[in-house]
Amino acid sequence: MSGTSATGSLPSDISARSSEQDPYRVGRHDGHGHRHGSMGHGEGGPASRYVTVTYGFWMFLLSDIIMFSAFFAGYAVLSGATAGGPAARELFELPRVALQTGLLLTSSFTCGLGSLASHRRDMVWTQIWLLVTGLLGAGFLALEMQEFAVMVADSAGPTRSAFLSSFFALVGCHGLHVGLGLLWLGTMMAQIWVKGFRDDILRRLHCFNLFWHALDIVWIAIFNLVYLLGASA
Amino acid sequence: MTAKDHREDHPPDMDDAAPGEEAVNSREPAGGLRGYVIGFGLAILLTAASFAVVQTDLVYPPAVISALVVLAIGQMGVHLVFFLHLTTGPDNTNNAVALAFGVFVVVLVVLGSIWIMSHLNHNMMPMHQMSRAGG
Repeated sequence: MSGTSATGSLPSDISARSSEQDPYRVGRHDGHGHRHGSMGHGEGGPASRYVTVTYGFWMFLLSDIIMFSAFFAGYAVLSGATAGGPAARELFELPRVALQTGLLLTSSFTCGLGSLASHRRDMVWTQIWLLVTGLLGAGFLALEMQEFAVMVADSAGPTRSAFLSSFFALVGCHGLHVGLGLLWLGTMMAQIWVKGFRDDILRRLHCFNLFWHALDIVWIAIFNLVYLLGASA
Repeated sequence: MTAKDHREDHPPDMDDAAPGEEAVNSREPAGGLRGYVIGFGLAILLTAASFAVVQTDLVYPPAVISALVVLAIGQMGVHLVFFLHLTTGPDNTNNAVALAFGVFVVVLVVLGSIWIMSHLNHNMMPMHQMSRAGG
């Protein structure tokens, strides 16, 4: 990780303990209590673990978004190919989509509040906000499953037309991500409860926060460009 | 020394920020509780605007798609700045450059697919002619 400024090159807060335990660390201490401020010039060494772990997860999120973009491209190309079956305008129910959007947006907000509580090392509020996030996410997922069930029952399932195949692939893939996110959320709540605010647990929680916000970003594209555009066309 | 002690003893690393990191950005408007509240409010406004574009006659119908695309991009920006704490500050350079490359690939995939496939559709023989030609 680069950086040209020579000021204040201290390890980030969360990485502090793990870096001191690592005997092979090249990093920003020279082993004699001096700190090098010359990152990017061969002496400073690698960035803190907190920064590199999250940066790696950011890479994963961006590649996940690129995968979603392929599904979006497929949907955009096939959205007119209804093969005589129902079109977007007849299928999409905007009140449910509005409710889903509200649930996911609020869960993103409460997820951020949970992150702030974890920075204060506040166990009760961290757990409460994570639980609220999980319940809102579960509500979102329940609405989506209900929508899919209604569509399949109305013989508008993924096998009906290329349009519906691409729709179920795109929205279902996002729903799958939300479902996996809920599993991860439950795991994080248990780990924070049992292991406390350890550095590695906080890194994982931070990655989960990024994941959850990224899912909301994908949903923004879905509700605008799939549901609202489809309902207006 | 616990992580908490360390956090209070030393200022945060100003040369590098992890994506979504709170500590470095807490001086900025997008940091802390205030940032989340502002972001949540803006996101609600933009979502309401998107629904209003479709459910009212405020926007000239052929321009609805442009309005939705612009509102969606705006809301994604709000999420990136206020929820993911991604800025263009010097401590965030790596994260912003990675995002720029991600956006580049996404635009290439989506617009490229639409462009190529619309040309293919245009050049394709209509279905009823094809069945006649095939006998």
